Amino acid sequence: MTSRLSAITLNTFREAVRDRVLYNLIVFVLLLVASAPLFGQISIGIERLILVNVGLSSISLFGAIIAVLVGIGLVSKEIEKKTLYTILSRPVRRWEFIVGKYFGLLLTLVVNTTLMTVGLYIALLVTAHGLKRADALLLAAIYCIVLQFMIMVALTLLFSSFSTPVFSAIFAFALFVIGTFAEDLKNFAAVSQGAMHWAATGVAYLVPNFASLNVIAQAAHEQPISGNLLVFNTLYALLYSGAVTAAAVLIFERRNLK
Amino acid sequence: MHAIEIRGLSKDYPVGFWKKKLRPALKPLDLTVEAGEAFGFLGPNGAGKTTTLKLLMGIIFPTAGSASILGRHFLDPEVKKKIGFLPEQPYFYDYLSAPELLDYYAGLSGMEAAERKKRIGTVLERVGLGDVGSKHLRKFSKGMLQRVGIAQAIIHEPEVVFLDEPMSGLDPLGRHEVRELIQGLKDEGKTIFFSTHILSDAEALCDRVAVIHKGELRGVGVVNDLRSNVAGKSEVIWEGAHTVAAVSDFLSESHVTGETVRGTVQNDDLDRLLEKLRQQRARLISVTPLHGTLEDYFLSKTREKETSTR
Repeated sequence: MTSRLSAITLNTFREAVRDRVLYNLIVFVLLLVASAPLFGQISIGIERLILVNVGLSSISLFGAIIAVLVGIGLVSKEIEKKTLYTILSRPVRRWEFIVGKYFGLLLTLVVNTTLMTVGLYIALLVTAHGLKRADALLLAAIYCIVLQFMIMVALTLLFSSFSTPVFSAIFAFALFVIGTFAEDLKNFAAVSQGAMHWAATGVAYLVPNFASLNVIAQAAHEQPISGNLLVFNTLYALLYSGAVTAAAVLIFERRNLK
Repeated sequence: MHAIEIRGLSKDYPVGFWKKKLRPALKPLDLTVEAGEAFGFLGPNGAGKTTTLKLLMGIIFPTAGSASILGRHFLDPEVKKKIGFLPEQPYFYDYLSAPELLDYYAGLSGMEAAERKKRIGTVLERVGLGDVGSKHLRKFSKGMLQRVGIAQAIIHEPEVVFLDEPMSGLDPLGRHEVRELIQGLKDEGKTIFFSTHILSDAEALCDRVAVIHKGELRGVGVVNDLRSNVAGKSEVIWEGAHTVAAVSDFLSESHVTGETVRGTVQNDDLDRLLEKLRQQRARLISVTPLHGTLEDYFLSKTREKETSTR
């Protein structure tokens, strides 16, 4: 089982790495990070704040774009091109295929994020002529971004397991945007009445809460990020992505692949 | 124990706006294939050949019925370690090289890394791709891709190999090469189940064939028997053009050249025709039994229901 899972994971990773679009995105993010000091020229004294904000936001946004663009084709492309036929004729369980694909894309995003993080630290080093203790907070923020990716990958995989790439992209981006405003949705639910209250509360808890996973502002303003928050976020991301991946497996297990 | 045993396997697809009507893609199919046999699954396009193979590979699920391969349920992962499959007009991960692709598939089939390394070179040599190196598959021709397809189907040394239209879309040279490869597998004693609508390939390679048409099995048997069954006719040549009108009831075809008549007759009617010719004082030149072809059998099976329902 592990060898089949790792084979599918590594092949998914290899496909993403050999995809030129992915390289372009990395280069683009690195350029963005490199241009951050220029913003600093305009806003004297807050170079670090700008750089951290732009850098972490870019890592989050571009990671999400990669998750969606690659994720929507993870299953549907294999069905469309019939590469799945030669996979399923081997002793590969359908759930192994889905879980292997999940880890493959997540590995891709972790490697990308790592490269972008290195770029961000280099930019900080260049701008501030050295690193300080508060810069370690960036790692906590980046960890939370990776937790977001865990959920995004699961969602795109779920949509890819039953829908076309275009609809999968629309669903995934819509959920990403709604999830970013999950806290506002909760606030709206708190002030609304009757059926609207229950509907808004239901939606607020059902959509992924990307707002809670976003600690970019704290990291940029050098405010401490509590260990409890990190533990809670980790559990939340594990449970949410686990449940969504299980749903993807359930759908895929029953699907006739025409 | 049969290598493949299919029992009542069927597949219906829901059609229409409300998906309430069912269109049968495969009517209940019963079929057995013996170990070491090369079995041809013949039918025109859309007959249900690929549906059958997709069912056996677990790509789609049957509406009813079941199958066993090498004595186990066809979806058992242990069975899948022992089978190889080449889909119709295969597409592979074009960002991989042929050795990378084979390594991936061999890994999925449970082969150890050291074993894979040894086997990849051997298999690539065998399919005539020993010199492709690290060239990515996107640069391969259709014939080369077909050979890669066969390589991935046999990389893990399966006992049963399923091939869906393995010669489809290939030029004559490519077809010949693929035919040689299949013949090689057959000589090794592997069980081969291959679907095709190219009858000459089936005739050259298969021990037995089945004909499927409109999702329904129309006939199955040993190739030579089927050919002789369908033959059952003789060609008779005699001199005496005046006799044609008297014997025309016995003839399915006749050509008159001067005084010479060449007629085709069902073997059942042969004695009566000869008797009639003697009575008419015709001079008999020759009687030659006609050999049937698989094509004759195929055509008779695919047309028989239409004819009987008219």
